[in-house]
Amino acid sequence: MGITVNGTAVELPDDPRVSLLDLLRDGLHLSGTKKGCDQGACGACTVLVDGQRILSCLALAVQYEGRSVTTIEGLGADGALHPLQQAFIEHDGFQCGYCTPGQICSAVAMIEELRRGVPSHLTVDLAAAAIPCSRDELRERMSGNLCRCGAHNGIMDAIATTYPAETHPGAAE
Amino acid sequence: MTPFTYVRATDAQTAVRLADSRHPGVRYLGGGTNLVDLMRETVERPTALVDVTGLSNEITETDGGGLLIGAAVRNTALAEHRLVRSRYPMLARAIVAGASPQIRNMATVAGNILQRTRCAYFYDQAGSRCNKREPGQGCDAIDGFNRMHAILGASPSCVATHPSDMCVALAALDATVHLNTAQGERRLPFADLHRLPGDEPDRDTVLQPGDLITAVELPALPLAARSAYRKVRDRSSYAFALVSVAAALAVENGTVTDVRLALGGVAPKPWRPLAAERALRGQPATEAVFRAAAAAELAAAEPLRDNAFKVELAQRTIVAVLGELAENGLAGGGA
Ligand SMILES: Cc1cc2nc3c(=O)[nH]c(=O)nc-3n(C[C@H](O)[C@H](O)[C@H](O)COP(=O)(O)OP(=O)(O)OC[C@H]3O[C@@H](n4cnc5c(N)ncnc54)[C@H](O)[C@@H]3O)c2cc1C
Ligand code: SF4
Ligand code: FES
Ligand code: FES
Repeated sequence: MGITVNGTAVELPDDPRVSLLDLLRDGLHLSGTKKGCDQGACGACTVLVDGQRILSCLALAVQYEGRSVTTIEGLGADGALHPLQQAFIEHDGFQCGYCTPGQICSAVAMIEELRRGVPSHLTVDLAAAAIPCSRDELRERMSGNLCRCGAHNGIMDAIATTYPAETHPGAAE
Repeated sequence: MTPFTYVRATDAQTAVRLADSRHPGVRYLGGGTNLVDLMRETVERPTALVDVTGLSNEITETDGGGLLIGAAVRNTALAEHRLVRSRYPMLARAIVAGASPQIRNMATVAGNILQRTRCAYFYDQAGSRCNKREPGQGCDAIDGFNRMHAILGASPSCVATHPSDMCVALAALDATVHLNTAQGERRLPFADLHRLPGDEPDRDTVLQPGDLITAVELPALPLAARSAYRKVRDRSSYAFALVSVAAALAVENGTVTDVRLALGGVAPKPWRPLAAERALRGQPATEAVFRAAAAAELAAAEPLRDNAFKVELAQRTIVAVLGELAENGLAGGGA
């Protein structure tokens, strides 16, 4: 058994030292996923595993046998961008673009976490079924993705306009 | 990274057997967020990994009204669990105060408990001396940059802190750790799992090589439904604690009838301030009493060159959290 990457079955590396990030970039030439720090501190390597956001730099590829990985290349395609990719363009959600694939993968899974009612550090009422998502709450939930260019305001705008139902109505002010 | 073999275990007995046949040099692998990082820095150099993420990831109610949490439960799953949020809010809050959402999705309960210190000299394999990494080598933190280091429980051989937020709540909640070892199954009070450095700082816990954590058990603790976790850090997210406080407080007619406290960021292990708890029980729930209780615990503090501020910070944070719990008795609320 191998792993599935963007819908395609892929063989696992023989060497268990290979990270999921290196498998994607060096093994499969899917260079959309970026290596920022290689130590869990920046979020540039964020990918989705069965819909959950994880850091591919701290993931040994062999650990993900049988799982389904989605990278930025699997979210959208040339000429058929994911709505969030389009929103990043419209709201200046990036400058150099290095953090962008990680930001977008992270945000897509973050919205699912909101729908599921996963609490965050800023959640006031842990018992509430629906979590109101203020701008601060969005920032907290995206705090695992750093942007050296400081494009955070554009990133927040892009997320809030793409997912108005999940984010607070005032979030895109 | 140095080469290693990799194998997966789906139940506890198999994991222990696989580990037993791979001694020495074998390590269990959870989410990998700490171990893989340390292997890349060659601070950890296992020759074999036994992947234990396939162990129980269930959270079930115990007969006594507590919770049994499988070792492979991911940190996010624990924080979002309905009963954790309603009965042990300090635990949900401690978890979401730690690391980042991506890391919490990967990290397991057992891995979080056994994560190693973030002392920068411990990580600096090539350039620094560290007794925890290489026993007998010396400690570059004691006379170095030690702003993040311990004010309680340290020794002349090591002044590192335990970095976990989740563990601070587990300490306050009187959790029990379930183990599976080559000698059979065993239970251990959470408070007795981590050890102080003494003159063996390389041993973070009382566990022997090959001992497997299979679950963590929380007792029924009605008091904890009214509990909080507050973490003070250099930035508002994605940073380790300078000081953190987990607290549960029961007040009747203005008197503290019961209390659970634990501190993070100040000691080599999740710190249970029993002196402070003793100074609170049976006393009026007033700020003066809270202050005296915090001071009673922190009287033993031995700050280093760069971290004297932590004594005052811990003092104020304890008082603030207790005050908040006394005032609004937030269930599921709090900081
Ligand atoms: C950038 C960054 C920031 C972070 N910030 C925070 C923070 O603010 N607060 C915080 O609390 N944490 C923080 N962390 C640490 C994070 O919480 C831990 O890395 C994580 O909890 C470890 O869990 P894991 O499952 O990935 O463990 P692993 O890395 O897989 O394992 C850790 C240790 O546990 C052992 N182990 C695993 N499972 C078992 C078992 N069942 N039985 C026996 N031994 C076992 C392993 O052998 C290893 O020694 C941060 C980490 C990073 C990278
Ligand atoms: S404080 Fe402990 S972990 Fe840090 S350098 Fe000294 S011995 Fe090593
Ligand atoms: S490259 Fe993985 S978190 Fe920075
Ligand atoms: S756009 Fe440059 S790092 Fe974010």
